[in-house]
Amino acid sequence: MSTSTLFAATGGFDPLTGGEVMVAQNIAFAIMAVTMLVGAVRMVTTRNVVHAALYLVIVLAGAAGVFILLGAEFVGVTQVMVYIGAIIVLFLFGIMLTRGSFGDDDGVDGERRSMAAMVGALVLAVMAAALVDTFRDAELSRAQPSLTADVGDLIFSQYIVPFEAISVLLLAALIGAIVVARGD
Amino acid sequence: MYLNQFLLLSAALFATGVYGVLARRNGVLVLMSIELILNAVNINLVAFAAFGNQPAGEVFALFVIAVAAAEVGVGLAMVLLLYRNRKSIDLAQIDLMRG
Repeated sequence: MSTSTLFAATGGFDPLTGGEVMVAQNIAFAIMAVTMLVGAVRMVTTRNVVHAALYLVIVLAGAAGVFILLGAEFVGVTQVMVYIGAIIVLFLFGIMLTRGSFGDDDGVDGERRSMAAMVGALVLAVMAAALVDTFRDAELSRAQPSLTADVGDLIFSQYIVPFEAISVLLLAALIGAIVVARGD
Repeated sequence: MYLNQFLLLSAALFATGVYGVLARRNGVLVLMSIELILNAVNINLVAFAAFGNQPAGEVFALFVIAVAAAEVGVGLAMVLLLYRNRKSIDLAQIDLMRG
């Protein structure tokens, strides 16, 4: 057994970073987390539908940053390309094609809103309590990015069946969307 | 970095998405809130992949992204069909099957 694994086994010493606290990463995380939360809250409360889509862009970009911070570069880049590149454009098209049904305004009545806020707060409280109780001060030990080659190997060996299922699902969704949205 | 800071961020995003799904009446905005929920799940998956030091979680995050893309395509097609038939995407008015 090498000394580094011995140290890792004896306590919270991180062999990759030499046990030092990752200050820069924590600052980056704080900035991204605050931006994402503000964007998410604005997204679900704003009256303007187009603004909501743009706030969603902020949240998705923040999530891509979090992925890269966690060392998952491939997932982060895929997030930018698929979500911000494709899904947001789809949403903007959907908003523009259904304009006039709501105008700019999404009228939400007070009772519905307060009930939804109660459910959301309850979900957050239960999950936060469970998480804090379970993973008290578990530290992330990895300071180096994961290899995209490893991810690719996994997809095309161990997870080949789900991958093929996803392919068929995407094809079915494509055909289904065309059939449903086609005019007559 | 603690594992919990990522999980708590994800929980907060999830709760915000749940609020959006329940409170919004515009069909497109409900779909956007669902995207928020799926993204929270993805942050969880990648955080646990980094925590357990194995890339399987990232593979699942990629699968979730693909499923989200399919879901948005079909969902928006349905919203468009709804708009074409009823000239409204107010989900509070979709009560055709109410007993």
